[in-house]
Amino acid sequence: MIAIIDYGAGNLRSVVNAIIKLGYQPNVTSDAADVPKADALILPGVGAAGSTVGSLKKLGLAEPVKDYIAAGRPFLGICIGLQVLFTDTEEGGEQECLGVIPGRVKKLPPGLKIPHMGWNQVKQKMAHPLFTDIPDETNFYFVHSYYVAPDDPSIVAGETEYGISFCSAIIRGKLAATQFHPEKSGEHGLKMYDNFLKFVAGQAA
Amino acid sequence: MLTKRIIPCLDVKDGRVVKGTSFVNLRDAGDPVELASFYYKEGADELVFLDITATPDGRNTMVEVVERISEQVFMPLTVGGGLRTIDDMRRMLKAGADKVSINTAAVLNPTLISEGAKRFGSQCIVVAIDAKRVPDSQPQKWLVHITSGQQPTEKDAVSWAKEAVKLGAGEILLTSMDADGHKTGYDIELNRAISEAVSVPVIASGGAGSVQDMEKALTAGKADAVLAASIFHYGTHAIRDIKQSLAKNGIAVRF
Repeated sequence: MIAIIDYGAGNLRSVVNAIIKLGYQPNVTSDAADVPKADALILPGVGAAGSTVGSLKKLGLAEPVKDYIAAGRPFLGICIGLQVLFTDTEEGGEQECLGVIPGRVKKLPPGLKIPHMGWNQVKQKMAHPLFTDIPDETNFYFVHSYYVAPDDPSIVAGETEYGISFCSAIIRGKLAATQFHPEKSGEHGLKMYDNFLKFVAGQAA
Repeated sequence: MLTKRIIPCLDVKDGRVVKGTSFVNLRDAGDPVELASFYYKEGADELVFLDITATPDGRNTMVEVVERISEQVFMPLTVGGGLRTIDDMRRMLKAGADKVSINTAAVLNPTLISEGAKRFGSQCIVVAIDAKRVPDSQPQKWLVHITSGQQPTEKDAVSWAKEAVKLGAGEILLTSMDADGHKTGYDIELNRAISEAVSVPVIASGGAGSVQDMEKALTAGKADAVLAASIFHYGTHAIRDIKQSLAKNGIAVRF
């Protein structure tokens, strides 16, 4: 089962549409009991990291998601679904996140337009099946005001320039997460979902 | 480097694209889904749909149109026109829109901006401003107009843009009423004044007649994106050609 977590805030439809377009049948769920049963778990998201963590906790999803990731199962986080994995965030004062990935979520530096909105290049920092048939420096669609700073540089899979060079994708085992929105990034974005489902989660369309 | 966005705008009435479209390759140029797919393949960076329907039936049709487009087109979609309440916004976002654009309703009820930003996030809330030059004003001033530009207000466009961002707008869609429809170029002064006044991205709209107009809006006008309608719909300029010209002049665009 490909499970897409619905915590009530994120706009799930485009993620669902992208996965259906690729020929898979995703299940949208907010039921904690579905999490351990998933073969691939996708956490999408827009909005704020703090309130997303709050929603996940309220729905009883935070612990099952943490357990799922701790077991090394296939997981894909998008945007806020990347940020909530970290230790804490500067957004809305200091707020604790899920603490799956050691590191902080920081505000983009002043001087440029915030949010960072539009298409920007992702420099691939590792060779990985997630990037199959996706050229280095491909443009992906971003919309965010905060970025992740992982303590462990070896998990940085992609970097993007916007005033600073920031981590725009991480990969650790079967966990992958992106700051950009592959479901809004045209054919290369769809390809990334396909790569995740095929090569990381071992799913067939 | 963040690329500048090229955004076609489609006016939709009762589920059909209005304003002439003269693409030879489309089976039905009035079908918003087909036109959206065409622009997606052409390399548009984003699409804006303006629902000019007046009736509730037409509004339901628009929701269905957005649903169908989001099944086919995997790039950012903004929907505007006639959205008055949080519930109107929710319906469009749920149907697959990434952003909603509000204009008259935001002026009449500015808390709609803050409420929308609180519920859906600032990145979803685009405030559209129709601005018209005040003749002989020194320094130059522009007044906000509402109800599709028919009704002038007392609001200064620059101050209103600042206020809207303070309330939670994540982007400004700025239309020059003086330039709109004339194809003689965007109002560069207006664009620069607003872009320098706010911290969020600004989309320049109104007046695009050539690639040079777009280039000026993105450089001198400091716009983050350019929106146009007829220049694309009539097939005068293909998006890829526009981008190639812009890239030749050193503007970062996506191919």
